[in-house]
Amino acid sequence: MSDEVEEDARSADAIAIPLADRDWKRDMWRDLKKAPLTAKFGILVIASYVFVALFAPVLTPYGESEIVGSEFDVWGDKFILGTDNLGRDMLTRLIYGARNTLGIAFLTTLLAFAVGGCLGLLASILRGWVDQVLSRIVDIFMAIPVLIFALVLLTIFGSNAQNLIIIIALLDSTRVFRLCRAVGMNVAVMDFVEVAKLRGEGLPWIMFREILPNILPPLVVEFGLRFCFVFLLIAALSFLGVGIQPPTADWGSMVRDNATLITYGDITPLLPAAAIALLTVGVNFVVDWFLHKTSGLRDDH
Amino acid sequence: MTTKPKKQAKDSEVLLSIRNLHIEGQSDEEWHPIVKGVDFDLHRGEVLGLIGESGAGKSTIGLAAMGFARPGCKITQGDIMFDGVNLFNATENDKRSLRGVRISYVAQSAAASFNPAHRLIEQYSEAPVQHGVMDEKEAHAEAITLFEKLQLPDPHTIGFRYPHQVSGGQLQRAMTAMAMACKPDLIIFDEPTTALDVTTQIEVLAAIKDIVHEFNTAAIYITHDLAVVAQMADKIIVLRYGEVVEEADTRKMLSKPEKAYTKSLWAVRSLQKKEQPSDDILLEMRNIDASYGGGVKVLKNVSIKVPKQRTVAVVGESGSGKSTAARAITGLLPPMKGEVIFKGETLSAALKDRKADDLRKLQMIYQMPDTALNPRMRIRDIIGRPVQFYMGLSGKKRDERVSELLNMIEMEPNQYVDRFPGELSGGQKQRVCIARALAAEPELIICDEVTSALDQLVAEEILKLLQHLQDELELSYMFITHDLATVRAIADEIVVMLQGEVVEQGLKTEILTPPHHEYTDLLLSSVPEMDPDWLEGLLKERAKKKPSIQLAGN
Repeated sequence: MSDEVEEDARSADAIAIPLADRDWKRDMWRDLKKAPLTAKFGILVIASYVFVALFAPVLTPYGESEIVGSEFDVWGDKFILGTDNLGRDMLTRLIYGARNTLGIAFLTTLLAFAVGGCLGLLASILRGWVDQVLSRIVDIFMAIPVLIFALVLLTIFGSNAQNLIIIIALLDSTRVFRLCRAVGMNVAVMDFVEVAKLRGEGLPWIMFREILPNILPPLVVEFGLRFCFVFLLIAALSFLGVGIQPPTADWGSMVRDNATLITYGDITPLLPAAAIALLTVGVNFVVDWFLHKTSGLRDDH
Repeated sequence: MTTKPKKQAKDSEVLLSIRNLHIEGQSDEEWHPIVKGVDFDLHRGEVLGLIGESGAGKSTIGLAAMGFARPGCKITQGDIMFDGVNLFNATENDKRSLRGVRISYVAQSAAASFNPAHRLIEQYSEAPVQHGVMDEKEAHAEAITLFEKLQLPDPHTIGFRYPHQVSGGQLQRAMTAMAMACKPDLIIFDEPTTALDVTTQIEVLAAIKDIVHEFNTAAIYITHDLAVVAQMADKIIVLRYGEVVEEADTRKMLSKPEKAYTKSLWAVRSLQKKEQPSDDILLEMRNIDASYGGGVKVLKNVSIKVPKQRTVAVVGESGSGKSTAARAITGLLPPMKGEVIFKGETLSAALKDRKADDLRKLQMIYQMPDTALNPRMRIRDIIGRPVQFYMGLSGKKRDERVSELLNMIEMEPNQYVDRFPGELSGGQKQRVCIARALAAEPELIICDEVTSALDQLVAEEILKLLQHLQDELELSYMFITHDLATVRAIADEIVVMLQGEVVEQGLKTEILTPPHHEYTDLLLSSVPEMDPDWLEGLLKERAKKKPSIQLAGN
C-alpha cells in the first residue's frame, strides 16, 4: 500500500465528523428560535406562570385571605375580577393560587421522580428478585384508582400540605417507576454498562452516571406530563375539599366555593379552571416539542 | 455451473443505465451530497459488483436503481433508465408496478426483513399475487420449485414455517427465492451474506450464483468484501465518497487494479505477523463448563491457555461459545465447573468477589464501539474514569494521563478530549475503547471481534495499533474473531471452537497448515479467496467428499 493512500485513508477517518458547536448557550438560543410557534407559546405561558407565582405578593393589590369587600362583588375598578363568596379579591386569590398550586405540584412531581426514578433504575440494573418485588408492589398500588386511593389516605392521615405532597408523590411514583425501569433496561444491557461493571463500579455510579444521562429525554418529557396530572389531581382533591385547605388560595377550591355564580351566568368561577387548562396546554406544547427534538421523531420528507 | 445459454444475448442489450446520478442526504437539517455523479450500464444477465467502504454510497446507489431513495435522502438529478423507463421522473405508481415484478431487492439482514408474524410462503406469494402475475396456488407451487433450486431442506414444508423457525442462512436463501418470485430482470443484493458465518455464506453464495445464471437475471451485488464480489460479479465498480474510483471486468480488476485506492483495498489482507512460541502462561482456563441460567451447556470442558505477551486467537462460528468463554474469564458468567487461573492464582468465579486489582489487569474491548462508549460522556471522562478509579489520579494529573493515552492511540488530545463519542468516526471510537482499556494498565486484553464492525482499511490500522501496543506495553491479547484474515494478521496461537468445545489449539502455523482437524479444514476452506474461480473449484471438491460434520447453519 502506498503511503499516500494510507495517509489519505487515515485523514479521511479523522475528519469524518465535524466538531460540534460547543457553546451550549448559543445552541439553546438557536434551538429556541427555531422552535415551532406552539412551543414558543407554551414557553411563554409557563414563564409567565412562574413569574406570577414568584412575585405574587408584589403583583397583588390585597392580601391573600383578606376580606376586602362584600360577597360576590361584580367586576369593576376596585376589584378587577370581583370578589368571592367571602368577599376576598378574586384576582389576588387567583395569583396566590398560582403560587400555592404550582409550588405544591412541582414539589410533588419532583418527589415522585426522585422515588420512582431511583427504584426504577435499581430494578433495571439488579433485575431478579429486586425487580420482582418492586414491580409487584407497584402493580398493587396501580390497581387502585388514584383519586379514590388519595381520598382514603388523606382522610386517614389528615389533609395538610405535607401529607398531600407525600401521598400524591408516592402514588405517582409508580408510573415513574414503570417508565424508568423500561427505558433503563434498554440502556442497562449496553456494553458500556458492562464495561462499568467489569471495572468494579458501584451501583450509584452505574445508576446516575452511566444510565441516567441516557434516559433523561423521556424522563424530562414524562416530568412535564406528570406535572400536569399532579396539578389536576390536586385541583380535583381541593375541589372535593381534601386538598389544599382554606384559607390558602387554591384554584380547585376556588371553583368549588364560587360555583353558585355559574347559575347566574357569571363566568368568574371558571377563571381558575381556565388558568389550569392554559397551563396544561402550555406544558404539553413544550413537552411535545422537546420530545420531537430529542427522540429524532422528525418528518422524513 | 453449466454453460450460460442466454449469455450471448447479454452484451447486446442494456437493461439499466444510470447517468450522472446525484443523491443528497439530510443531516442536521442540511442537505449533503451522498452520491456525486455516478454513471454505469448494466446489461441483461450481467452481475455488477459495487464495493467500497461504509459511507461510499453503495446501498444508496443500489436503491436508486429501483428509483427509490431512503427516508432522509433524495435523488436530485440524473437518469435511471430501466428498460426504456426513466425511474428518475416516473410516477410512484409506475415505479410500484416495476418493483417486485421486474426489479427486486434482497436486504442485508433477512431476519429483520421478514415479517415474523407470517409464514415464509405467504410472504413469498405476496408480491406475485399482488401484482397479478399468478394466483396463490401457482405461487405456492412455484415457491416450492424455487426452494428446491436454492437447496433449502424440506422444500415442500419449509415454506410453512415462520421466519424464526429457520436458520439465518436459510432465511437469506428464502429471501433470494422471494426476490426471484416474479422472475425479475434485475435483483439488487445488498450485502446478503455479511451477517452470516463463513461456512453458511458459501451455501448462500453458491445458491445466488446458480439461480442468477439460470434465469439470466441481471444483478447488482453490493458488498464490502472483495473476495465475495470476486466470486459473484462479472464487472466491478469501486466506489468512494459517492464517486466511481474504478470500473473494470472482475478478472482485470483483480489482477491489474489501476488506481492507488483500489490497490490499497486489495493489499489489506496481506498484513501478517510471525508467530512466537512461549511457555510463560499468563492466563489459563481449566476445564470450564458454563451455561446461561442452568440450561444447556454453552461451554463444555473448555481449557485455553494465554501466554504472556502473546496473542491467542479464538475462532469459530456464531454460537460456538467464543464470547461466552470471554464472559467466563471476566466473571460476568460464573462457570459451573472449572477455574480461571491468572498469574498462578485462581480468580473468584463471580465478578463481585474479585479484587479491584484483578479487575484492572483484565480488560475488554468490544465489537461495537457505538454501544461500548457511553454516548453522554465526553472522551475525557470515558478515558479518565478508569485512571481515577484504579490509579487514584484526579484533576490535572488525570488530564495529563488522558492526553498521554490519547497520544498512544494516535489521536490528538486537544482536538478530541471534549468530544462526545457521537462526534467520532467508527475507527476513532474503537481507538477510544482501546485507550480506555489501556488506562487501567492491564496485562491481558480480551478483544471481542474488535474489527468486524469496521471497514477494512480502518480495521487494519486498528490491528497495527494493537500490535504496536503489545510490543510496547508487553500486553497479552485473547482475540475472539470469526475472520481468519485477522487471525493471520496478529495471532501467535489459535484456538478453534465448535459448539462449545475446543476442537484444536496450537501455534498459528500448526493450525493453518494441513493436516487439519476436519472442522478446522471446513472453516479454513470456506474463507473466500480473491480468485474468481475459487467458489466453483471449492464446490466441486466438496461434492466429491461429503462433509461429515453437520453444521448448525443447516
